[in-house]
Amino acid sequence: MNDNRNHGIKKVILLGSGALKIGEAGEFDYSGSQALKAMKEEGIETVLINPNIATVQTSEGFADKIYFLPVTPYFVEKVIEKERPDGILLAFGGQTALNCGVTLYKSGVLEKFGVQVLGTPVQAIIDTEDRELFVKKLDEIEIKTIKSEAVESIDEAVKAAEKLGYPVIVRAAYALGGLGSGFCDNREELVALTEKAFSFSPQVLVEKSLKGWKEVEYEVVRDRFDNCITVCNMENFDPLGIHTGESIVVAPSQTLSNEDYHYLRKLAIKIIRHIGIIGECNVQYAFDPQSMDYRVIEVNARLSRSSALASKATGYPLAFVAAKLGLGYGLFDLKNSVTKETTAFFEPALDYIVCKIPRWDLGKFHGVAREIGSSMKSVGEVMAIGRTFEEAVQKGLRMIGQGMHGFTCNKDMSVPDIEKSLREPTDKRIFVIEEAMRHGYTVEQIHKLTKIDRWFLFRLKNIVDTANDLRGYDEPTQLPMDLLRRAKEQGFSDFQIGRCVFKERMNDDSEAMSAIRRLRKRAGIVPVVKQIDTLAAEYPAQTNYLYLTYNGSENDVEYKHDGRSVVVLGSGAYRIGSSVEFDWCSVNALMTVKRAGWRSVMINYNPETVSTDYDMCDRLYFDELTFERVMDILELEQPHGTILSVGGQIPNNLAMRLDAEGVNILGTSAASIDNAEDRNKFSAMLDRLGIDQPRWRELTNFEDIDKFVEEVGYPVLVRPSYVLSGAAMNVCSNSEELQRFLRLAANVSQKHPVVVSEFIQNAKEVEMDAVADKGEIVVYAISEHIEYAGVHSGDATVQFPGQKLYVETLRRIKKISSQIAKALNISGPFNIQFLAKNNDIKVIECNLRASRSFPFVSKVLKINFIDLATKVMMGMPVEKPSKSAFDLDYVGIKASQFSFSRLQGADPVLGVDMSSTGEVGCIGVDTSEAILKSLLSVGMRIPKKGVLLSTGGPKQKADMLDAAHTLHNWGLKIYATGGTHAFLTENGIPAVKVYWPSQADMQPQALQLLHDKEVDLVVNIPKNLTPTELGNGHKIRRAAIDLNIPLLTNARLASAFITAFSTMPLDEIEIKSWDEY
Amino acid sequence: MRETKKAKLILEDGTEFEGKSFGYESSISGEIVFNTAMTGYPESLTDPSYEGQILVTTYPILGNYGVPPRREKDSVSEYYESDHIHAKAIIAQDYSYDHSHWQADRSLAQWLKEEKIPGIYGIDTRALTKHLREKGSMLAKVIVEGCGDVEFYDPNRENLVAKVSCKEPEVFGEGEKTVILVDCGVKHNIIRCLTRRGVKVVMVPWDYDFNTLDYDGLFISNGPGNPEMADKTVENIRKAFQTGKPICGICMGNQLLSKAAGAKTYKMKYGHRSHNQPVRQLGTDRCFVTSQNHGFAVDSATLPDDWEPLFVNMNDGTNEGIRHKTKPYFSAQFHPEASSGPKDTEFIFDDFITLL
Repeated sequence: MNDNRNHGIKKVILLGSGALKIGEAGEFDYSGSQALKAMKEEGIETVLINPNIATVQTSEGFADKIYFLPVTPYFVEKVIEKERPDGILLAFGGQTALNCGVTLYKSGVLEKFGVQVLGTPVQAIIDTEDRELFVKKLDEIEIKTIKSEAVESIDEAVKAAEKLGYPVIVRAAYALGGLGSGFCDNREELVALTEKAFSFSPQVLVEKSLKGWKEVEYEVVRDRFDNCITVCNMENFDPLGIHTGESIVVAPSQTLSNEDYHYLRKLAIKIIRHIGIIGECNVQYAFDPQSMDYRVIEVNARLSRSSALASKATGYPLAFVAAKLGLGYGLFDLKNSVTKETTAFFEPALDYIVCKIPRWDLGKFHGVAREIGSSMKSVGEVMAIGRTFEEAVQKGLRMIGQGMHGFTCNKDMSVPDIEKSLREPTDKRIFVIEEAMRHGYTVEQIHKLTKIDRWFLFRLKNIVDTANDLRGYDEPTQLPMDLLRRAKEQGFSDFQIGRCVFKERMNDDSEAMSAIRRLRKRAGIVPVVKQIDTLAAEYPAQTNYLYLTYNGSENDVEYKHDGRSVVVLGSGAYRIGSSVEFDWCSVNALMTVKRAGWRSVMINYNPETVSTDYDMCDRLYFDELTFERVMDILELEQPHGTILSVGGQIPNNLAMRLDAEGVNILGTSAASIDNAEDRNKFSAMLDRLGIDQPRWRELTNFEDIDKFVEEVGYPVLVRPSYVLSGAAMNVCSNSEELQRFLRLAANVSQKHPVVVSEFIQNAKEVEMDAVADKGEIVVYAISEHIEYAGVHSGDATVQFPGQKLYVETLRRIKKISSQIAKALNISGPFNIQFLAKNNDIKVIECNLRASRSFPFVSKVLKINFIDLATKVMMGMPVEKPSKSAFDLDYVGIKASQFSFSRLQGADPVLGVDMSSTGEVGCIGVDTSEAILKSLLSVGMRIPKKGVLLSTGGPKQKADMLDAAHTLHNWGLKIYATGGTHAFLTENGIPAVKVYWPSQADMQPQALQLLHDKEVDLVVNIPKNLTPTELGNGHKIRRAAIDLNIPLLTNARLASAFITAFSTMPLDEIEIKSWDEY
Repeated sequence: MRETKKAKLILEDGTEFEGKSFGYESSISGEIVFNTAMTGYPESLTDPSYEGQILVTTYPILGNYGVPPRREKDSVSEYYESDHIHAKAIIAQDYSYDHSHWQADRSLAQWLKEEKIPGIYGIDTRALTKHLREKGSMLAKVIVEGCGDVEFYDPNRENLVAKVSCKEPEVFGEGEKTVILVDCGVKHNIIRCLTRRGVKVVMVPWDYDFNTLDYDGLFISNGPGNPEMADKTVENIRKAFQTGKPICGICMGNQLLSKAAGAKTYKMKYGHRSHNQPVRQLGTDRCFVTSQNHGFAVDSATLPDDWEPLFVNMNDGTNEGIRHKTKPYFSAQFHPEASSGPKDTEFIFDDFITLL
C-alpha cells in the first residue's frame, strides 16, 4: 500500500460546533468523533475545542486535549498560541467551525502560527460560502446556479426583486442553515425579511424562486489525486421551497431515471474538481420535474447534516474518510470499513430505502409560526430503513415520537381547510395528506396542491388503501393472512392493525396489540434482520449494522443465544428535552458493557448520534424503540439483560410493559420506576418517609380544583403525569388561564390524569444526580440553578458544585436522597429535583434514569457516573469514589442554547416548559469566569455601547439594582422603559427613558433603538410567568432576537452575567484544558 | 386488493422462492444473475449482454419511473440499448405499480407484457443474491401459476454473440474517419458515443471479415456469454494486428482482443454487474467508478510480453483492460459508454478517436 500521508503533521486542532442549535445539531458530534478516531489511528496528537460538554467527542479517549471554550476566533487563537499545532481541521464542526476558521485565515492568525489547514483549502471554502464568488466560479465551467443579486440595502433588494419578478427568495450570506432567509411574494414581505436578514449579514441575496422543482443532493468525496466518488444521492420528498432540514428525505433517489441520476452525478464531480475540495462536500440541486433542467442551489464544503445522514444511510464513514484524505491519503489507500476487504474508492449500492423525517417541537413555543419553508425549524431527525417506501416512511413517522402510529390510523386531526394546509405546508403536512386521501382527494389533486412527486403520493395511497382493506374486518381471526402480511410489509404496526380491526372497541391499547401480535406470530409473519453492507450483498461483509424488515424471508445474522449480550436502548430523535446528553450516556453504557466482556447491543434510530455509529457497539439495530420492535429484537437476540435507564424517557416508558413480558431489565426494577413515575404512588411514599413536597392534587373535576386552588393560592403549576421536559406543563396565574389550559391538557392522555400543584416563588432549585447500588448511594453530585425555580431545569443555568447553598441544605438533600434511594431500592442512575427556600427542602421530581446533567457532572467531577451505573446494573462490584465535590477548586457552569432566531414569532421567554435546544458546560476558577465562558459559548456578547433595561416586577427590579450600578460604572449607556427608568432614577442611576411600542407617539422608541443598533444587550424581564400576551415585552424581546442582539430575560442570570464581565476582563480568562483542572 | 398470480423461482440447486407475477404470464428458464445498480432497468433489460439471463435487481423497489418511449434518433434507439428486451425475466423485492416520470410513456409491467417477459416481485432478493454469491451464477426457471413448467435452459451452450449480432453491415453517422464497429451484441450508446465524436461508424456482424474494408480504426463491442464462442471475431482481430490501425474494445471486446493477443479467459463465480466497480489505471493514482456487466474475465497472467494490463479491479484484482506496449491497441472490461451507470470513463472514446 502507498503511504501518501503528510508526516509533517504531528498535532492537530479540531474545532467543534458548540451547543446544539437548530441547523447545527448532533451530527457534528458524530463527524468530529470520527475525525478524531481517524487522527488517533495515525498516531497524531489531537486538541479539541468545543464547549459542548455533553458530547461524546469531549469524552476521555477521543481527543488528547479538550478545551471547553467558545469556538470563536479570540479563544481559538489563544489555544493555538498555547498548543502550537501543525494543522487545523475546520470541516467537522459545522458552520461555526468553518466561519471561525475562515476568520482566522483572513486575519493571518493561521499563517502567523504556521498552522496548516488540512483538507479543503480555505480559498475553496470562501468560494462556496460567498454567493457571488460561488456563482462566478460555477459560471467558469458553465454550471447553472440560481442567479441571485447580492444587495447591501433594502432599496437595492426591492430593485433586484422587481427585475427578477416575484416570488423571490431572500438569503443572508454566511448564515447557518438558511438563517434569516425566506420567500417573498410581494414588496411588503420583501422589506420585512431583508431588514431581518441584514442583521445577520451585511450581504443579502435576492433570487428567483423555483418553487415546485425537485430537490436532490449528492455527497461527493475527492482526494488530492483528483479521484472522485459520490457516496450517496438523496431526494427530498418535499419539493424545493422547503429547506432540506425541514424536508422528508429518501436515499437513494426514487424518481430519477438513470439518465437523470448520472447527469447530476457527473455535474457534482465536475463542480468538486473545479472548486478543489479535498475531503467531502455536498451539492444540492433544484431539478425540473418536466425536463433535465437544473440549478445548483449550494455546495457545502464541509461535513454537514446531510453527510451524517448519508454515512448512516450507506454505511460509508464520510467524516472518517474525509479526515484521512486531509492528511494526504488517496481514496485508493483506504479500505471500505464495513467489508474491510474492498476499497474505500467505491460508491455504495443500497438494497434498502432510507427515509429521514424531521422532528419539530413547535408546540413548545408561544406565538411561533407553524409553516415550514426555506428556513430550518426542526430540532432533530430520525432515519428509518425498510425495503419498501411504505415500510420506511411508516417506521419513520412512529420514530418521530409525537404520538403518531405511522402514516395512517392516528387520532383524528381536525383540519379545517385541507387545501390550504396542503398548499401552505406546516410541520403536520404529511398527516394532512393522509386526511386528504381519506376524504377522497386524488393523487393528482394532492400533487397539484403540494407539488410532491406523484410517486411518493401513490405509495402513500397504498397505505391508506391497505388500512381500508383492514377496516373491512371486525375480528382479528377473520383477517386474511395475505392482507396481514401486506400490511406488515407496508410498515403497519400491530397497533395500527388493531385500530383498524377493533375500531371504537379499542379500549386497551396493549390488549389489542397483543392480540394482533399473537395472531401474526402464529402465522409465521415475523420480521427478518438484514445487514447494511455497502455493496448490496455482492461481497461478504462481517457487518454488525442491522435493521428489521417484513420484506424478506431470511435473517442475515445467526443468533448464538448464548446469553452473553446486553441490550442498551438509545434515546431516539433529538428533541427539546432530550438530546446529545443521552447519547453520551448510551455510548458510555455500551463501552462499559463491552469492557466487561459482554456483547454490547444498541437499538436507536437517530442518524445524528455517535451511538448509531456501527463501530461503537458489537451489534447495532438501527430501528424503532417501540414496544413492538424492541420485543421483536429481544426475541431474536435473547440477551442476558436490557438497560433502559440511559436513553432518557423513551426507553424508561417501556419499563412496565417489557417487565410484563418477562424481559430482564437490568438495574432498578420496573415496579420502582413506576413508583417514581406515578405521582400518587410517589407522593404517598414521600408522605410515608416524611419528605416534604409542594402541595398538589389530581384533577378529576373543576369543583375540586377550585377548592384546592383556594387552599394553596395562585400561581399553580398544571401538568400531566409521565412528563418529559414539561410537555404540556404550564403555570397558571388566575382562574381564567387555568380553565383554558385544563381544557387542552385534559386531552393529553386519558390514562394519566392531570395534576395541579402549588407553585413556590423565589425558591432555589437544586438537583441531585446520583448512582445507587441496591438502594445505597455510590456517587452523587448536587448542583444549583442560577435562576429561581420557574425556569425549566433544562433551560436553567446550572452550577456544579453548588456555590451558594447552605451546608444544612446540602446535608438535608443528601439525607432525603438516601431515603428515596433506599425506599425505591435503586440500582443505577437517578436524578431528584428539589426546591430550597431558606432551609425548607421540597422534592419536586424524581427520575430513576440518567438525567441530562449526567455528562456535565461526570466531566466536572471527573468521575464517570454512567460507567459506575452500568457496572451496578450489570451486578459488578463498585467502590465508592473517594473524591467529592468539596475537593474541587474550580466550578462548572452549564448554560443553555436557545434557537429563537429560527423560530419566527416565538416569544423568547423562559418558563416551566423547556425551550432550549442545546447546552454548553465550561469550567472556571470561580463562578464569574465559568459564567463568562459558558455564556460567550452560547452566543452572548459583552456589550460595548448601551443596554436596554426593562426589569419586570418590584422583586426583579430590586434584584437587578446592583447590576444596573455595575453597568453604569462600567461606562455603558443605560436605556430603560417607564417603570424601570423611574426605579433607576430613584436609586441614583442615570438612564435614558424610552417608550414601549404601545406608546407609539412618544420618543425615543425602544424598538427604534434596537433597529439603530444603539444597544448591544437587552435585559427584558417579564412581570409574570404567563407567556401568552403578545404585548410590549414580547415585541421588544422578539426584536432583539430578530436583530441578533443578545437578550436576557431572567434577573438572576442577567446579574450574574453583568457581574462576570465587569469583574473578569476577557484577557484574564484562563486558557486551560480539561485535564489541567 | 390487487389480483396477482403467484410465481415461483426455482434454482438449479433446488432452492425455491415464491413471489408474485407482474409481467408477462409465462414460464421461462435461463441463467440467473444479480445486478446491484440502483437505477437503469430500461437500459439493462435491453442490453444484449443480458441475452439468456434472468436479472435480479438488488435494489428492492422496481419500476418507479416507468419506461421511456420506443423512439429512434439517427437510426439508433433513443432511450434503449437495443430494439428489444434481451433479459429472460426480471426479479425484484417490490414492484411499483404506479410510476412517475415526465419521459415515461408506459409502465414497466406494460412493457414486459408487450415483449412477453415475465417479472416477479415479493422475493427476498437479498437472500437470493447472497445465495448466488456463495454458490455462483446458476440456471434458474420462473414458473408462473397456471403457465406450466419448463426445462432448465443453459444460454452459455449457445453462441449468444451470433444470436444477438446484426446480420448485415449498417452505417451510422458521418465523418472523415471511418470506424469499424464489430457487433457482438452492441449497446446503442456505444454507437452514440462514437458518432457524437464525428466519425462514420460501419457496424458489421460478429463474424464479418472487416479486413476487406477500408477503415481508420476498429472497435469491438460488448456482448453476451462466453468469449470462446466468438473465435471468428478473434481470428479477424488477429488479422487486423497486421495493419497497425488503432483498436479499442469494450467488455466482450476486451476479452476478444485479449484472446487475439494470446491470453486466456475464464468464467467468474458470479461476475460483475453493477454501477460501482472501482477500477485503477495501473501505474497511476487514477481511479474510476465504472459500470459493468460481465461473467467472464481475462486472466492477466496469460498476457504475452508485448501486452500489459491497463486497468485492474480494486476489489478483487481482476483484469479491467489491456493495452499493447507499443501499438495503439487497448480495451476496457468495464463500460465507458455507461448507460446505465456512471460516465466517468467516457474519455476512452476520446482516447480512441485521437489515435485515428
